[in-house]
Amino acid sequence: MLEKYNQGYQQYIDRIASVGSTEMVINMGPQHPSTHGVLRLELITDGEIVKEVIPHLGYLHRCFDKHAESMNYGKSIPFTDRLDYLSSMNNSHSFVMGVERMLGIEDKLPKRVEYIRVLVCELNRIASHLIAIGTYGIDIGAFTPFLWCFRDREHIMNMLEWASGSRMLYNYIWVGGLFYDLPVNFEDRCKDFVKYFRPKLDELDEILTNNEIFIQRTANIGVLPADVAINYGCSGPMLRASGIKWDLRRIDGYSVYPELDFEIPVGKGLMGTLGDCWDRYKVRVDEVRESLKIIDQCLDRLMSDFARLPDFDPRALVPKKVNLKAQSYYVRAENPKGELGFYFETQDKTDVPRRVKARGPSFNNLSVLPELGKGVLIADLIAILGSIDIVLGEVDR
Amino acid sequence: MIENLIKDLQSRFGESNIKVYDGSKQDTLTIDLSVLLELCHYLRDNELYYFDFLANITAVDYHPDNRFALVYNLASLVYQTQLSLRVELSVENRDKDNLPEVPSISRIWRTADWHEREAFDLMGIYFTGHSDLRRILLPDDWEGFPLRKDYEDADSYHGIPIKGE
Repeated sequence: MLEKYNQGYQQYIDRIASVGSTEMVINMGPQHPSTHGVLRLELITDGEIVKEVIPHLGYLHRCFDKHAESMNYGKSIPFTDRLDYLSSMNNSHSFVMGVERMLGIEDKLPKRVEYIRVLVCELNRIASHLIAIGTYGIDIGAFTPFLWCFRDREHIMNMLEWASGSRMLYNYIWVGGLFYDLPVNFEDRCKDFVKYFRPKLDELDEILTNNEIFIQRTANIGVLPADVAINYGCSGPMLRASGIKWDLRRIDGYSVYPELDFEIPVGKGLMGTLGDCWDRYKVRVDEVRESLKIIDQCLDRLMSDFARLPDFDPRALVPKKVNLKAQSYYVRAENPKGELGFYFETQDKTDVPRRVKARGPSFNNLSVLPELGKGVLIADLIAILGSIDIVLGEVDR
Repeated sequence: MIENLIKDLQSRFGESNIKVYDGSKQDTLTIDLSVLLELCHYLRDNELYYFDFLANITAVDYHPDNRFALVYNLASLVYQTQLSLRVELSVENRDKDNLPEVPSISRIWRTADWHEREAFDLMGIYFTGHSDLRRILLPDDWEGFPLRKDYEDADSYHGIPIKGE
């Protein structure tokens, strides 16, 4: 190996070796509970102040890219579920949309299929945000919201398990359709859930959002200015909390989102500075409310205009073999955590892609941490990391 | 917009350096390596285009040709437009001491920092001018570049058998 290829590593080694007598190197992770997975942070600290954060990734690297280019598109869908395992539906929706657009069948899908997709995606979005909110509470030291969030999330898990047969990793959305139609009475049970869940969200607001201790720990901490957020490729709640109204559900208007009525919550800096940890938290809470709105509308349509028919086959358009010409395509969709993109490069005469790259929102959102972590207290670093809401399955892929 | 953009870029950077790539349904330009840095600066800062958001960088291997490609997916938050740039790289051989070299754009979009590290790590593309180019997903002492099509697993890593079936 040429020396210059090794230069970056050598620089890093030198940096750690040259730590001064007033500094200390602290390892946080990969088993630290507040890193939400196997993330290892190497901190160079001066007393309680963090001078530099060096993230080390890859402890959960499972070779998604290599895996996806060794089999056909349909077989990759279960793996996309495992990228961001807290929002599997959204992952497979994005992947499937890309393949459908390359096939040119995205306009032919029955409306019922599209509405079911949006319904399960939004349910999954709520589940993902509930984890983000709950574990964020626990990072800060609030234990009760964590239990409440998991209790309510379990209802969603049960419903999605009913639909797909699996609790977290669904493989429910297929290229050209769905695994199955929704189970009979799913809509009613979902309506009951929405009715049950709305007041719970208000309770959550009472105990966490407006909690003085929580605000003290999160307001004015980890302020991320909009220009930095954009330059680092942050997306999703991260970017919106910095005041930028950027939601691909509206921008791209994919699936049936243009027909649905919902707001895009953005950070306003209510408790401190625009783009601080509290804003990021608040954007997620607001998004849960918006998702409930979307679910309500989807259910109404699914029970009236696009009601269940005995001869409806959600697999009618599922291709036996995905035959694509050699082409490249970048598809992006709004995941709970931000822009999930898939870059495809296909080849002629085979249904195995040449290259698939997953652009995970967590990966890019996390890359801003060394910037945010400069000069903060160690305890605040935990608050900042929690507010980014990463899933290591997607950071490492 | 895209026609004007192409015209503008061609007049500014030379017609031979900017070509329309026809292998995609999305707007894609094939860029000559020599103008990459300047062009990225121009696309980001020009008020007419304002591509302020770099979404993704992908490295593609065209084995058995000694040829790689880098694909940059840009977006403009202001104009809500998307653009992809392709850079074709060819090398004489696939030796581990002969990596294709590309100027790093991590000073223009910080997103590129980790994406370029990933491309270096998995595909073996060397980015000149990158401030922190080391492996990101794999251990620092890993041998070879696993996303290359001609990659072969080593028998073991630190005494742990890793050879696939």
